[in-house]
Amino acid sequence: MATENSSMDEILKRFPQIKRNALIPLLQAVQDEFGYISEEAIARIGSHLSLPTSKVYGLATFYNQFSFSPRGVYHISLCNGSACHLGGSGDLFSELTKLLEIRDGETTRDGLFSLEVQSCIGACGQPPVMAINDTYFSGVGVKEVRDIIKQYREDAT
Amino acid sequence: MLPDKEFILKLARSAPTELSPEDQERSDLLKKVSLLRPLVMVNCSTSGVVAGAKQTWEAIENYVSDRSIDIDLAETGSIGLSSEEPVVSVQLPGRTRLFFSKVTADRVPNMLDDLFHHVVPDQKLIGQLRQSGHEPWSDLPYLDEIPFFALQNRIVMGDCGIIDPFSMGEYIVGGGYKAFLQTIRSLTISEVCDLVVASGLRGRSGGGFATGLKWKAAFNTPSDQKYLICNAEESDPGAFMDRNLMEGNPFLLLEGISIAAYAIGSNRAYIYIRSEYKDAIRKIKNAILQLRESGLLGDNIMDSGYNLQISLRKGPGAFVCGEETALIASLEGKRGMPSSKPPYPSTSGYLGRPTVVNNVETLSNLPAIIRNGPQWFNGIGPEGCPGTKIFSISGRVRISGLVEVPMGTTFNTIVNEIAGGVETGRELKALHVGGPAGCMVPAEMMDVPVSFESLKSNELVMGSGGILVMDDKTCVVNTVKYFMDYVDKQSCGKCIPCREGTRRMAEILRSIIRKSTDEEGHTTLELFKGVMQLESLAEVMKDTSLCGLGQNAPNPVLSSLKYFRHEYEEHIFDRKCNSNTCTELRSWFIDVDMCTGCSICAKRCPTEAIIGTARHPYFIVQQKCIGCGICYEVCKFTAVYYK
Repeated sequence: MATENSSMDEILKRFPQIKRNALIPLLQAVQDEFGYISEEAIARIGSHLSLPTSKVYGLATFYNQFSFSPRGVYHISLCNGSACHLGGSGDLFSELTKLLEIRDGETTRDGLFSLEVQSCIGACGQPPVMAINDTYFSGVGVKEVRDIIKQYREDAT
Repeated sequence: MLPDKEFILKLARSAPTELSPEDQERSDLLKKVSLLRPLVMVNCSTSGVVAGAKQTWEAIENYVSDRSIDIDLAETGSIGLSSEEPVVSVQLPGRTRLFFSKVTADRVPNMLDDLFHHVVPDQKLIGQLRQSGHEPWSDLPYLDEIPFFALQNRIVMGDCGIIDPFSMGEYIVGGGYKAFLQTIRSLTISEVCDLVVASGLRGRSGGGFATGLKWKAAFNTPSDQKYLICNAEESDPGAFMDRNLMEGNPFLLLEGISIAAYAIGSNRAYIYIRSEYKDAIRKIKNAILQLRESGLLGDNIMDSGYNLQISLRKGPGAFVCGEETALIASLEGKRGMPSSKPPYPSTSGYLGRPTVVNNVETLSNLPAIIRNGPQWFNGIGPEGCPGTKIFSISGRVRISGLVEVPMGTTFNTIVNEIAGGVETGRELKALHVGGPAGCMVPAEMMDVPVSFESLKSNELVMGSGGILVMDDKTCVVNTVKYFMDYVDKQSCGKCIPCREGTRRMAEILRSIIRKSTDEEGHTTLELFKGVMQLESLAEVMKDTSLCGLGQNAPNPVLSSLKYFRHEYEEHIFDRKCNSNTCTELRSWFIDVDMCTGCSICAKRCPTEAIIGTARHPYFIVQQKCIGCGICYEVCKFTAVYYK
């Protein structure tokens, strides 16, 4: 907790100006640093920018980029762009929700996996596309997804 | 190697023939005309990396270090062939550059072995680049001869995939920044506006508003500060032209921004970019740094007295922020909700000051317009809608990728001739043009020329230019439902017609593609009533929504109802999806010969629709089945099948 506080101080120091238009970059910095935005972070940002906590929370929940629970060790981004949709990303999604027992935007209880459906990663040439952290898997089917998740689970233990 | 101020000015001022021998040599090296050692370039932009370009890069590095061969290894952007990635190009000193497709890591050693012995390898060759003063490879096609490139006119995308997006020198010796320097040194602000008005350039993000007029409105509004914003929040699923431009040639965009900022009398520009575009962000950041160091950005640019600062802002992700007033609200640190117009941003925008919002493709057109003059630009494409447009083609098509064609080219040319049409044995059913706010174009309308006017007269829209190709195995209703779900999630919630309308539409569509547990009573009638309501709901949304998102959201529904009404009827009356895409409408059966009677499907069936006795074939009661497909998944003997 102490380290979190001190790195929070660091981030706030980078935004010395108390301006409304610093709010989004600040939230992004927090998201990048911790992988999610905690309640404490929202409160501290609010007092730093002299904004009510409700305003900060209202803004953060409006945008897709911010998440409010810690990400898993393996963060899965599944593309659901139009090409990936035609390519069967819906099947992958239901397979992943079944395998991991989480929904979009959630993290597994053991903190190993988190799942996020993205609107379009932009690699429409090789649908469907899935990414785990920075590793991409293109043109995968349901069976491959099962194997990939199994492999990652084994690697973790 | 960064070119210094003197060198840039020399290049901008003089024709290539007037350069001194040393400068000529320097420029040739930067331009990759004369090579000291073999050059290998790998497309490491998003489309490449997804296909494994990083591994290819490492394989090349290992190959040359194992054999201690001295080469130059550099990155490029994507040449536009997204489904052929990773694309690698190789240029040997004195020879023309060769492009190869699908160069995965395991193919690297064989390919380079052959090439370094001046043999063209057995790899999938795309073609050779036409370069004067280089010995061409005999019997190999030039890039501009193969169908994918031959019919294109790549004004904006020409350098993507060819040049190194990290090298400012390469961009500048190729004629870059000439237009900007010419602008700030010899044109007044109103002259630039007039020039762009005369060129007839129109916004490429969908609206098609005349760029020059937008600028003039901002220029004519007196204010102490004006802003130029580049809209790089490209969030239409299936559209990736802006990302590709930024990843392939970031300096072109920055030159365009500089020209536009000068033209409206602004010295503050922002690029509002999607935070997911990490590669583009990295490249633009690098480009801004290099430009600042060499004096092409910052205070008193090249002693002209003009100051310009460009900063990058990452959009936190909201589809509606593609709308200019919502984008401005987001930049101001508010929820990205649109506001009613007027006042237009060109009179009162970011922080209440005159602001011009232009999209990436529009801005990237500017350097060529300034260099070649408005008449040249006006001569491309039909009257009233000049220039080229980049389309991103994806879906059930042979070549997914980016295609830049003159306005007025037909869908037929774009999809069938350039992108190779649908796979053999399949039939083209429709195109979905323009993302979630776009329209379905049935196969019979493939001869419609693509320009703002002709599309409008056919009740179609261009949108941002994403084309999703659908063949006979794709379900129209399902695709429309996908787009409606997307808009429903992305609606900002400010105005009721959009917030509630998109939700109701998504609900109606969902009910059509889902089997009801109770097929008795008036379900079918209710569903059909839903379709009729879709039409009246669409009218209300079109008329009363605040911004383009809500006004255009019903487009896919309306156009598909117009051209593919029979598919809706099939789903409603026959409870059947002929293309077999709507999983919940599938009817499941058990093959009596394959079934061993293990009973696992019956145990797992959520509605107890499977009956039978152990060790005898089981049976699915259709009236009880909800089509979830669990039986299919759990069956170890592949006895479950669907029709």
